[in-house]
Amino acid sequence: MCGIVGLFFKREIATPALGSLLAGMLSQMRERGPDSTGFALYGDDAPPGAFKVTLHELGIEYDWASLEGELATAFPLACRAQPYGSHAVFTIAADPERVFAWISACHPELDVFSFGERIEVFKDVGLPDAVAQRFGLAQRAGTHALGHTRMATESAVTTEHSHPFSTGADLCLVHNGSLSNHNRLRQTLQREGIRFATDNDTEVAAGYLTWRLRQGRNLTEALEAALGDLDGFYTFAVGTRDGFAILRDPIACKPAVLAETDDWVAMATEYRAIATLPGAAGAEVWEPLPATVYSWHRQ
Amino acid sequence: MIEIDLAQSSVRELNQRLHRIGPGDNEHHWHVVNPNGAHAIAVGLTAPVHIEIRGHVGYYCAGMNAVATVVVDGHAGTGLAENIMSGLVRVRGNAAQSAAASGRGGLVVIEGDASARCGISMKGVTIVVGGSVGHMSAFMGQSGALVICGDAGHDLGDSIYEADIFVGGKIASLGADCVEKEMTPADFDRVAALLGCAQIAADAERFRHYGSARRLYNFRIDHAAEY
Repeated sequence: MCGIVGLFFKREIATPALGSLLAGMLSQMRERGPDSTGFALYGDDAPPGAFKVTLHELGIEYDWASLEGELATAFPLACRAQPYGSHAVFTIAADPERVFAWISACHPELDVFSFGERIEVFKDVGLPDAVAQRFGLAQRAGTHALGHTRMATESAVTTEHSHPFSTGADLCLVHNGSLSNHNRLRQTLQREGIRFATDNDTEVAAGYLTWRLRQGRNLTEALEAALGDLDGFYTFAVGTRDGFAILRDPIACKPAVLAETDDWVAMATEYRAIATLPGAAGAEVWEPLPATVYSWHRQ
Repeated sequence: MIEIDLAQSSVRELNQRLHRIGPGDNEHHWHVVNPNGAHAIAVGLTAPVHIEIRGHVGYYCAGMNAVATVVVDGHAGTGLAENIMSGLVRVRGNAAQSAAASGRGGLVVIEGDASARCGISMKGVTIVVGGSVGHMSAFMGQSGALVICGDAGHDLGDSIYEADIFVGGKIASLGADCVEKEMTPADFDRVAALLGCAQIAADAERFRHYGSARRLYNFRIDHAAEY
């Protein structure tokens, strides 16, 4: 099972209702994935020279203020930290690799859920309404967002194994399905320098796209290459800083619906998630073809 | 005419009311509004009612239908008219995968396109698609007819038994044991009649006929080495 949703506004400026609309879509997908819920938000850009990083710690009482003090002595912080219980978003004006090295040396208890100019990733065990409320999703603005409700098949039900998976700057992936060649592919990608935080199959697909993009391919080319290298069942929704893409495997057992209006493009596992959006009744609605990349980019 | 607003009442309440209709009842015409992609609308009907649903429906709409007429004025999700026994199910838009799966009888009309596995394991249903169908349509079809006015995706009629497939457009590829067959005068008449029943405007003369080569029916000694 699993449910995935994506909402991409075509205009450049942030849409204030993005978070509440995504929360509504996720809520419709609760029966498909009651184990955990996650979402990636593409909001305001970090200031020039800085990047945003979403950190996670298992406890909900983590002392983020203290971490902010420590970080500020090691790196210039571009703005104040934004704590959200078990997650916090820091905006740091430094080389991300140096920051990651510092985190793993000084705070190995922390997970890096995402980094980039725009992306923020939140995920946790629980039903979508509860998780959305936990992180204040309905109050968040942005240009586009992806979400996932998980019914686990390949790995454990934990926060770390929840989707979205982000393995490169501003890139994230949500997945409905299962991959069968992820162990071997993970080893290959690790040799290419891609880091993995879990044994989850979807994280390997995200890492694969990061690797292809690093080679200079664009998102569409990276996904077309994935058709040959990933074995298994999948409907993927992918987010980048300015883009949004969908891919289904050639058998296309895993459902997907796309809808488009002048204002937005939406993707969901089931139409009922799209039906909650303003203008849905007049939208063009279609089922994406197997083995075909659909992508949208803002210039 | 009875109108049910699914923004106000649940699918379960609707279906229970439809299931309670008895032989002497006069509740024949129903309109359902605001389906908003809900699943299992008008499933398991056994009374001769006419139901028009205005909007897009979710999975398994009109599943197991007997006698009733169900019209969807929108698109339909996975498993439309699954295991239909008799009656008519019409979708004015497109249908997602596995439309009319395992259908035993009746008529399913999809005015737009149907996606993958349309008519999978069909067992007597008649399906008329105004547009095109996706891959593996009529997979393991046992009897009945699938009429496709547009094009067919890959592996059409894979492992088919005795269903008949009629295609007006192009075929990406035929599946295992599916072959082109002669289009007899009776076949042209049959396609014209089915298009008429379905109220789909298409010229029967351009259709071609596909079905089983019957090479998978029995074990062939030539294949012994493959086991």
